[in-house]
Amino acid sequence: MSRSPSALEIRNLSKTYGDGTEALQGIDLDVEDGEFFGLLGPNGAGKSTTIGIITSLVNKTGGTVRCFGIDLDQDQAGVKQQIGLVPQEFNFNQFEHPLQIVMQQAGYYGIPRKLARRRTEKYLRQMGLWDKRTTKARMLSGGMKRRLMIARALVHEPRLLILDEPTAGVDIELRRATWALLEEVNQQGTTVILTTHYLEEAEALCRHIAIIDQGRIVENTDKKSLLAKLNIETFVLDLQSPAPADLGLDGYHHCLTDATTLEIDIARDRSLNDVFYLLSCQNIEVTSMRNKANRLEELFVNLVEPNKDLKGQS
Amino acid sequence: MSEATAPGVIQDSRLRANLVGLQTLVIKEVTRLLRIWPQTIVPPVITTTLYYIIFGKIIGSRVGEMGGVPYIEFIVPGLVMMSVINNSYSNVVSSFFSAKFQRNVEEMLISPMHNSVILLGLMAGGMTRAMLIGSIVLLVSMFFVETLSIYSIPLTLSVALLTAALFSIGGFINALLARKFDDVAIIPTFVLTPLTYLGGVFYSIALLPQPWETISRFNPIVYMVSAFRYGILKDRLSPELIDINIGVAFAAICVFIILLFSTAMWMLNRGIGLRA
Repeated sequence: MSRSPSALEIRNLSKTYGDGTEALQGIDLDVEDGEFFGLLGPNGAGKSTTIGIITSLVNKTGGTVRCFGIDLDQDQAGVKQQIGLVPQEFNFNQFEHPLQIVMQQAGYYGIPRKLARRRTEKYLRQMGLWDKRTTKARMLSGGMKRRLMIARALVHEPRLLILDEPTAGVDIELRRATWALLEEVNQQGTTVILTTHYLEEAEALCRHIAIIDQGRIVENTDKKSLLAKLNIETFVLDLQSPAPADLGLDGYHHCLTDATTLEIDIARDRSLNDVFYLLSCQNIEVTSMRNKANRLEELFVNLVEPNKDLKGQS
Repeated sequence: MSEATAPGVIQDSRLRANLVGLQTLVIKEVTRLLRIWPQTIVPPVITTTLYYIIFGKIIGSRVGEMGGVPYIEFIVPGLVMMSVINNSYSNVVSSFFSAKFQRNVEEMLISPMHNSVILLGLMAGGMTRAMLIGSIVLLVSMFFVETLSIYSIPLTLSVALLTAALFSIGGFINALLARKFDDVAIIPTFVLTPLTYLGGVFYSIALLPQPWETISRFNPIVYMVSAFRYGILKDRLSPELIDINIGVAFAAICVFIILLFSTAMWMLNRGIGLRA
């Protein structure tokens, strides 16, 4: 049985801008059909350039891009038909209303007006924007504008949905609602590629993660394997009463950030019970515990920081 | 789309999709120009009415006849063409540059619409506004001239449409190249307005002394204004004040359209002014 083509297959993709900036230095990337894929990286790493090339907003310098088996160089329109894009910044006409904006996008994708109208209603309702359909876009709240861009990207029912920082500047409640929505879209069979600064977001949503830094892919694996690479986690323990000078935690790297807050590094192969046992021996009671940082964030810093140092030295 | 779909079927469905895209763009552009009518429709009508009053009635009554017709009748075709030129150009340049500036041009660029559809859609908006304003300016002229008779409606209409098409493409190219709002005004102010005023709107270039008459023949707007005036006044205007050969004028306009359309398409395909 023949294997269905990847949602995205990128080979040796490079981009050098007119001013000589090498934004991408020959990256390879595969995104399987139905995947929820996270593309992470610091500012200026090459995420937006990669997305720009895939969506034909940026001209590539070299390499190939195939989307569901269609080569971007040979059939650009065919590739575009497969993709829906939610850009980082609001890029709709602020003087138009959601109904116009989404209907027009449907028209650009060749969807006849009757069907476009039905689809527009469906996605505006899904995004909770139907009641605001004739309100000028500039009058919508930030969260509504983000949802409008998602509705616009979904109206032609793309097989691949790309979201560039979809929850940047969005409050927690709306972020969670957006996550739920994206999970639903993915469960319905749409491949999702997400770039985000919120590593918690990637950890919660993505099954596969690639980390890009200085135009190179520095990590590309499934989330489980990626997190397995994290050898040490830092926990923050809140103590019921001020801790004595000697906590009896020999062999553990630890420090007190204040009298009742303990930070401790614990290797993955060691049990947390040992720590609690040692603290109990000192009559120290722990009232609560949390990860110091998001696990992925720690790994991200580990992967990206060395490059930053090199950049600083060069 | 199924992998087994025949190429002919794909082409057919893409053609239909592009036609829907074109329809969408035309509706969008026409809606826009009607939505902002105080900016798009009222000012050109007021300006041209002032031209009729000042040049046609007040000064024109002292000028007398020009080539056998009252001076105001002589300038009506020129003023209509001036409106057609200015409005086709400014509609496209402002609409497309705004889309670039607000980045909603990306809505079109990421879609599978063919680049020619984007250009044709914007042109349709510019041509609609030009024909609308041109018609209003022509209607307003009826308050100032005794009789308004048109020698050939098909000829007059085709010259106006072709001219509107030409300057719509010009506006599109200007918008592609513009980086800031100031750039949108440079060509209309420093190129279009002088060429229009010196293009025979208010006079026949046959009245100019040499070498100005010959130099004026290199001004493309002369051919459009004169061809339009030919379409309206041919049977009443003295032959010596008909500045051009109508066939040459049509050929010149068509050649300019082909050249500018090809340039705009080349720029669009390369992403000049749009893609990094």
